[in-house]
Amino acid sequence: MPQEISDKTINDRWRRRIMEISGENVYQCMQCGTCAASCPMADDIDASPRKVMALIQFGQAEALDHLNTPWVCASCHMCVVRCTRGIDLPRVMEALRLTKLRDNVDHVEPSNLQPEEVVDLPQIAMVSGLRKFTS
Amino acid sequence: MKISYYPGCTLKTKARNLEDSALACLKALDIEFEELPRWNCCGAVYSLADDDLIHLIAPVRDLIRAKERGADTVLTLCSMCYNTLARANKLMAEDEEKRGTINQFMDEEPDYFGDLKVVHFLDFLRDDYGWDKVKEKVKVPLTGLKAAPYYGCTLTRPKEVAVDRPDKPTILHDFLDALGATTVDFPSTIECCGTYQVLGNPEVALKRSQGILSDATLHGAEALALACPLCDFNLGRRQDQMLEKFEGATEVPIFYFTQLLAVALGVAPDDCRLDLNRPSALSLLKDKQFITV
Repeated sequence: MPQEISDKTINDRWRRRIMEISGENVYQCMQCGTCAASCPMADDIDASPRKVMALIQFGQAEALDHLNTPWVCASCHMCVVRCTRGIDLPRVMEALRLTKLRDNVDHVEPSNLQPEEVVDLPQIAMVSGLRKFTS
Repeated sequence: MKISYYPGCTLKTKARNLEDSALACLKALDIEFEELPRWNCCGAVYSLADDDLIHLIAPVRDLIRAKERGADTVLTLCSMCYNTLARANKLMAEDEEKRGTINQFMDEEPDYFGDLKVVHFLDFLRDDYGWDKVKEKVKVPLTGLKAAPYYGCTLTRPKEVAVDRPDKPTILHDFLDALGATTVDFPSTIECCGTYQVLGNPEVALKRSQGILSDATLHGAEALALACPLCDFNLGRRQDQMLEKFEGATEVPIFYFTQLLAVALGVAPDDCRLDLNRPSALSLLKDKQFITV
């Protein structure tokens, strides 16, 4: 789908916030796609990490809002190991999650988790999952 | 070297087979250590936000506890604990500004400067103990066991705390070689099992894990060796769901690397805690006659 890039859609404040929280310069990305080719979640994300980087470069906060990529990212760090520009993409994904979570919008509601589903989970699954998906 | 052993939450409950077998190995290898008498959760994941220091308090506090015991080395068994503690330690050593803020915030604690060494049992065995010495201690060589080493993410990524080359690690391969097993290399050896997505997107995690298991068996593995309780959960405990859901899925015995070490060292079978694995794990070792009782 065509993406309108204009004064109406560019959110510069949000773009600067993402760079501040992540500590990463998104303009370093040259769109080589190595991250997209390395992502283990490629089949299940709405947009590849490469596309996410392009959308941030163009300040497309609204478009990114509808994509599941930051929430399916497992912070496995395969992309950062292979990034030709040395960008720490998991930090960018964390920043994208945090802009939501810090508005008190949880991605997973702990009280909705079914006891039978979580009873066997190791603590590190609960702690890491709730760290990534709740505020 | 004075070693403080940091267990972490999961090892005391859901991953007793990792802790119990590791402690039996440490004893069999005559390695002296002290378990930290007081510790807290490390946080499981390292904070990736530049402005988030509060989540560093937990791991740094653990490091201070180890320092208080007079340790120079913190030994970990869980890959996620290793990653979180090692990254926090590195930040405290290298980032003067953040170190200052954290030390000031924890005013009741002594200042910490990142001067401990945080190791995982695997790199401790390689660098401090030595594969040759491990080989000497092996009483029951795992000859003929076709085991695939599975690294997961947090042992070898990011590279700042990697126990080996992030793109082509060999540490678990070398470990299995030292035990006499036949190491089966496979492409997914460093791929993510789905980790905490078991909470947010359980179906995605299940698919990831099934992909890893089928890749390993395709390359001739009859078992998987790993180091992380969350990998063990995704790849091991969820196998019933995979067998039900995916056509062609087969049972794959999963071992903590410490359990295979314990068996090879001739540790009493009860201390290997194979009773906490899927039944296929013990059956395989009995078939191979590594365990006879």
